[in-house]
This record gives sequence, structure tokens and C-alpha cells, in this order.
Amino acid sequence: MDTIETTIIVNGTPVTRRVAPRRHLIDFLREDVGLTGSHVGCEHGVCGACTVRVDGEIVRGCLMLAVQANGRKVDTIEGLSDSGELAALQQAFHQHNALQCGFCTPGMLLAAQDLVRTHPAASREEIRAFMSGNYCRCTGYHAIVDAVEAVLDARRAA
Amino acid sequence: MNARAELPLHAPGTQTDKGYIGQSVPRPNAKRMLQGRGSFVDDLRLPRLAHVVFFRSPYAHARLRRLDLSQAARQPGVVACFDGRAVAEYCKPWVAVLAHLKGIKSAPQYAIAIERACWQGEAVAAIVAESREQGEDALAHVAAEWEELPAVTDMEDALSNRYVIHPELGDNICFKREVDTGGVDEAFAKADLVVEDTFGFGRHTGVCLETRSILADYNAAEHSLTVYHATQAPHMMQDIFSRHLGIPEANVRVICKDVGGSYGIKVHVYPDEMATAAISVMLRRPVKFVADRMESFLTDIHAREHRAKVRLACTRDGRILAFDLDDLTAIGPYSVYPRTSGIEGNQVVNLTGGPYRHQQYRARLHVVFTNKNVTCQYRAVGHPIAVALTEGIVELAARKLGIDPVEFRRRNLIPDDAYPYSFPSGIKFERLSHHKSLDKLLELMDYPALRAEQAALRARGVHRGIGFAALIEVTGPSPAFYGVGGARISAQDGATLRLEPTGMITCMCSVTEQGQGTEGIFAQIAASAVGVTMEKVRVLTGDTGVTPYGGGTWASRGAAIGGEAVLQAGRALRSNILDVAAAILGLDKAELDIVANEVVNKLTLEPKLPLAELGRIAYFRPDTLPPKFQSELTVTRHYTPREYGFSFTNGIHASYVEVDVDTGFVRLLKHWAVDDSGTVINPMLVDEQVRGGVVQGIGAALFEECVYDENGQLLNGTMADYLVPMSGEMPDIVVGHVETPTRQSELGAKGAGEAGTAGAPGAVMNAINDALAPLGARVTVQPFTPERILKALGKV
Repeated sequence: MDTIETTIIVNGTPVTRRVAPRRHLIDFLREDVGLTGSHVGCEHGVCGACTVRVDGEIVRGCLMLAVQANGRKVDTIEGLSDSGELAALQQAFHQHNALQCGFCTPGMLLAAQDLVRTHPAASREEIRAFMSGNYCRCTGYHAIVDAVEAVLDARRAA
Repeated sequence: MNARAELPLHAPGTQTDKGYIGQSVPRPNAKRMLQGRGSFVDDLRLPRLAHVVFFRSPYAHARLRRLDLSQAARQPGVVACFDGRAVAEYCKPWVAVLAHLKGIKSAPQYAIAIERACWQGEAVAAIVAESREQGEDALAHVAAEWEELPAVTDMEDALSNRYVIHPELGDNICFKREVDTGGVDEAFAKADLVVEDTFGFGRHTGVCLETRSILADYNAAEHSLTVYHATQAPHMMQDIFSRHLGIPEANVRVICKDVGGSYGIKVHVYPDEMATAAISVMLRRPVKFVADRMESFLTDIHAREHRAKVRLACTRDGRILAFDLDDLTAIGPYSVYPRTSGIEGNQVVNLTGGPYRHQQYRARLHVVFTNKNVTCQYRAVGHPIAVALTEGIVELAARKLGIDPVEFRRRNLIPDDAYPYSFPSGIKFERLSHHKSLDKLLELMDYPALRAEQAALRARGVHRGIGFAALIEVTGPSPAFYGVGGARISAQDGATLRLEPTGMITCMCSVTEQGQGTEGIFAQIAASAVGVTMEKVRVLTGDTGVTPYGGGTWASRGAAIGGEAVLQAGRALRSNILDVAAAILGLDKAELDIVANEVVNKLTLEPKLPLAELGRIAYFRPDTLPPKFQSELTVTRHYTPREYGFSFTNGIHASYVEVDVDTGFVRLLKHWAVDDSGTVINPMLVDEQVRGGVVQGIGAALFEECVYDENGQLLNGTMADYLVPMSGEMPDIVVGHVETPTRQSELGAKGAGEAGTAGAPGAVMNAINDALAPLGARVTVQPFTPERILKALGKV
């Protein structure tokens, strides 16, 4: 199968690979770059486990092709953990036990960080609505809502 | 926080500090998940790894007249193609029966079906390729010629034996059971009120976010197999790989790293996973299979397809006299190995009517084969059915008598001082707390205020309902669950604790972790038992090459059984450490204790020796110790519950809902759950087990169903079509605890994993029916979709 040279700035570092046009961004990240923190859950854009950030916007890594990300900035859970950007949410998720098996957690955190950035005054109901594109089978969501709410509260208090 | 940790914990009359027991400590092992640094099967990279994909039957029941893999074998990257016969040379088939389920039968099941497929999605060929994409591409080049056979998809049709799926079995009945205490007809004859209803339950599934995953790595030189497996029961799988692949058990190692949700889905033997292991042996290289989402819906075990008629007899003043149950359930074409598919129905028979004190009970159960995907044990096995049946008919009786449902339960719940107690189905309760739990629930929910609000809103055309569900839960099972039936499934578990030279504690336990927090509570127990702070403890689970032998995680057994093993090992290690300290210090052991990582004087708490120094001496300078003294700083202890078959727990739920009578939509306003799981080791983790369980139960009640057409075709095999609960629709869930420790163990913990899932569907159903009652409508078939509610209201 023909491949196309593709360069993506992954967590701040340009990565060049020849990829098949049909390769999904999530498979590029996991298989070609070895960043296995973002997970594959449903492969049709429903569960949110593969959520990553492209040029600052959260996207489903299973609904975007790697070649579409050519020349763009992609941030994953690994990079955003190392940069410290997610630290407050990670701390709150830990304290509230807002994760069990942890498979949804990287995607959940990226969605939550987008909420923190774009909806700083979100109510509990708005948090539930915003996060409802990310499936979690373990927690029942209550603790996730608590954790996100705690981060928003702390920001408002600061 | 970690002062003295004298045990037994919770012994009556003692005032000792419990260390970390009872503290909401965050789970140490959650940190890697928060950074995407977990290690799931699909994250592993091995040299020469090949990928296997499966060619699956498009029909529910069909004979494979011809299968031609030659074109597929020529596709780019394809390593090998195998049919069922080829794989059967390396993997023996199985028949899933248990001796204590008398009369249960099933047909031999192969890793890859030979000649005939019995459900849509059953694998009939495997393609191995250098990449998964290449394997999937090659699937399009498999040539198969099928002859469709009659598909049995309806339970009643199966029971009629009009068409028998496995002719050699004689009929479609996998298992049947009858229980009769006697006196049931007499009780119904003398009853003031008899209520009867039929309840339906939609077949649904676990929808683990991580799909089933296995990576098998055969080493031909050693004739050994290492399997990286998303499983709940590594030792069970070690035994099964060994026996079915003909590899000595000692040469099979099962490693279970992080598991992305399981809920019972990952405790069974799946033919495609057995085929993957066999193919690794055949090809002498590592082979990986990761199910895609469609394969998950088609082949992960389903559960809970039941239709049950239940009758209740009671007196005018609301005293329940008897229950009479007739349950029919369909399990697909095979009983699932090795736990069988008879257990769920068996549990329904055991548990129906469970919280109440009637003495007459009769039940009939039929478990039938159909041409749909197999069903087996999924979280709360049988409980959601039994609880909904019981609580649905109980609230109907209360309504007919004009007695408040809380008051009706008060009159019938087994009194808290009646234990030990034998229930008419034959099960035994050590000690339950139904009345105390009901008190706690009412206090949490402010019942009178809710009723007042309901009435006020009703007057304005807003239809809200309040529903309850009391429950009993099977936890911490003894060998009575599987072992007595001949299954090589361990009911005992072990823990090894080792003091490291640095004063750290390593804890290795045979119970596994899939996110429940098992490793976290083991760290709490180990730290408390030894006398160290929690950051000194490292916990290892999920590796048959490392941990003691044990059952793993299922039936809410991790804390109750594994926790007790850790406690006993911790106490033994503490004693051994004090022996070393006494030898080093030349003091009497009885004068010494361990507090916060130091050996101290027991009375004055004066520090005597840090554990790091003790470790240094014991490991590197034992020459300085008395000549005959040998330190033993690694200990192993095991635990098996024996006196009771199961460590029953109890709980009660309430649901508050609003039904939109124009659209049929149900809005969940709030949910309350009170759970008595004995000693609570970590309240936060128990709360989260209950909450997660409640939401799985809500999924069953409102959304989830594997919908098949009459030809046995699954109509909703994607996450876009199969609805699961998402955060937007879910209510806040208030959790309360009552603690009635089991006296069977010194820890006193029982299980907590299933109570949420057990109670929620019944409570939601009762709440919906409470909302609908004034409109003369009632629903009894789950999931309670808008369509079903509108039909009940006569609007469609």
C-alpha cells in the first residue's frame, strides 16, 4: 500500500513517518510512535477513550487520519502529564477516586481539561453534559463530576 | 494516622487503633493510569509479534459446506491461515458442566468451530498476519459456502424442542432445577391476597472499555507458554491453557497487567482466545488477539435474558406467606467454560424472596440453548433478576393492600436479631442488617419530604416516582460455588509479604486488580498489620509466576478472602520482624512493637530500631546475630472461607425518577444505596464500587439490550446503537454504610462489588411504576425504553 510522508509535532517534538493514508491518528500515535497512553475503545468515535488534542482542540483519534494531522501539533496524555498542564485534574481524580480501571482516564482527562479551559463556571449539570461524550464503565461518573467540580471550585477560589 | 495496629480489628469491646483500615486512602496504583502509563495487553510490544483475526459466521446457525483459505493465505503480510480442524490438533475441546448442577449438559465446544456455526459471530477460521490491518484485509479473501440451518432464537421456542440445536443432547434444555419447601399451595390457598406478574429482562453485556485482549508467547525450546492476558483469574487460565494445549502447568505463566474493566466478562474461557494461544504454539512465535468493538458485542458473554413469572401470597395485614417462581432463561448454544451458564438461573432460584421471612417457597428454572451469543456470569450474576422479581412483586402487593412500601418491607424483612438464619431456598445467612440498613436509607433520603414533593408535583401534572429494592448479595464464596462441582477454580487465596532490606514491604497476592482498588486495600491492610506507613508498601498481583496460588477476582471475593490472607501474612511478618528485633536488641519480644516503620518499646513507644536498620542487619550482617538465629522475613498465608458457603451481605436502594408521559423518557433524579459489606476497609472505594455498580444496573433498567432479530442477527453491535449510561443521564448517587463484620475472618470484610448492580434495576423499575400507577400503567420488561413506557400508557 502506498504511504505518505507525514510529520506531526507530537508533544512538542516533530515526528516523521511514512504512513498509509488509511492510518488513523490514534494508530499512528500508538503503533508508530509508541505512545500507548491514549486508548482504542470503539473505533467509531463514540467512547472518547482515544481523545487527543490537535492544535489545541480535542478530537477523537479514531476519527481522524494521521495524514490529516500532517504539520499539526498533537498533544497526548503523556505530553500533557509531563508539562504539568493536567496536574490539578490528575490530583483531583486521584483524591476522588474518579477512575477505576483507568482505561478511559486519559481521554476523560483531556475532555475535562477542555471543559476547565472553556467552561470555567460550569455547574454540576453542565459538567455532566460536557463530559457525556466520554464513556466510563467503572465509576458511574459521580466521582468524575466531583473531581472536575473540585478543580473548577479551586480555580474560582484562587 | 498510623499508630499502633493491634488486631483483631473490630473485635467487640476493643478500642484499638485500626491503622489504615476504615480510611479513604487514594489508591497508590491509580497514578500511572492518570498519566497514561498503565500497561494493558495491547500496549505490549514483542519481537516477531503476529496478529490474529477471525473469520466469523454471518449466520446464527449454518453448516459450513466449504471453506477455502487459499486466496487469503496469499495476501500481503499473511503468515498463516487455520480452520477449526487445524487448531483442534493443538487445543482440545471442552464441555462446560459442573457436578453440583445436577443434570446440566452442553455440547463439545472447539476453539474454532468445525463444520457448523451456532451463533452469529462464532469464529470458523483464523488468519495470522504481520499486522492486524493485513489480517483484516485478508479476511475479505476467505471463500465460504454456507448452508443455513434453522435458528432457534426465542426462549419458548427453544423450550418446545421444535428444533433441537445439538441433536446428540436430545433436547434444548441445558439445565433445570426445582425447589419446593412444601406447603406452597396451602399458603396460596389461605392467603388474603395473591399477586402475580411476569417480568422480562433484556439480554445485555459488559461493554468493557478495553476489549478482550490476549498475547500468547510460546517458547519452543522450553515447551513453555507465557500469556499476557486481560483476565480476572490468572491461575484458572494457567490450568486451562495447560490442560487444553497439552503443556505442563508449571510451564505456563499467565501475566495479567492492567485490565480495562472486566465485571465478570473477563473470567471465562473464550474460544478465540484459546485459538490465539494454540496458534502461538503452532507458529512458535508471539501472537496477539484484541477484539474489536463489533467482535465484543458478538462474542463477549451476554447475560440476563430471562422471562419469569412470580407469585406472592400474603395476609391482609401485609405478611408475606410464600413466593412461587417460574424462570426461563436462554444461554446461547453452549454452556460457557468452565463456570457454566447454569449459575445465573441457579442464583435467581437461590435469591428470589431473599430479604424476607416467609417460609414457603417454590421455584422452577429452565435454562435453554438458543442460536444467539453465549451468556454467562456478568457482574451481580442473577441478583438483578432476583431482586427485580422480588421487589417488583412486593411493591405490587403493598400497593394492592394500600400499605406504604416501606412499611410493607418493615413487616417482612428478616429481623436483625434472627441470625444465623436459613432461607427456604437452602442458603444460610450468618448475620444481616436489613432493618438497620432501611433506617439508614430513610435517614439519607428524607422519605416523608420526597413523598410530599411527589404529591405536590403530581397535582401539577409532573409524574415522579419513588421505588425501593432490598437485596441480599452473594460474596466471598467458599468452594461451594465451583470447586465442589469439579471445576479447578480456587476458592482460597494467598498473600506473601516480604520485608525488604530497606524496610519496605512487598506484598504479593493472588487476587487481581481491574480497578476496584484491590491493590490499594491490600496496601492498607499490609501497612496496618505490619506497622508501617503506606508508602512503604508495594503490591504485586496478576502473575502466576510470582504470587501465591489463588482464585483471582470474581463474586466479590477480593477484599473478603484476599484481604484476610494479607492480614494474616502481615501479622505473621510483624511477629517475625519482632523476633529479629529481639535478637538484635537483646530484649524480650513481648516488650516490642512496630509503629510507623520503627521497632518501639510497646509501652512507652520509645523508638528502638528503624525497620531499615533491622533489614540491613538481617540481610547483610546476620553474622552479628546469635549463632542459631535465622531471620524469616518473607511469610505466606492463605485463607479459605469454609463455615458458610457464601458470605452474604445485604443492602437497600431507593430511586427517585420523573417520567415524561408524553415522550416516555425517564429522568433519574437521585439514587440512594445503603450497603452492608462488613468491615469497610476504604469507604471511598466501597462507595465507588457501589456507584459504578448502580450505574451498570441503571443501564440494564433503561438502556442496554443486545437486540436480535428472529434470524438471530444482532441488530445493535456498535456503541452508537447499543446504548450505555453516559454522565449526562446519570443521577448523583448517595451511598451509606452499615457495618456488620463477618465473624468468619478476623478482618470482617465481606464483598461490595455487586450490590449496586443487584439493586438498581429493581429500584428504578419500582420508581417508574410508582410514577405510572395513578395513570393505570405498569412496566415489567427491561429495559424500560420510552417506547415501552408509551405502550404501557396506551399512547402508541
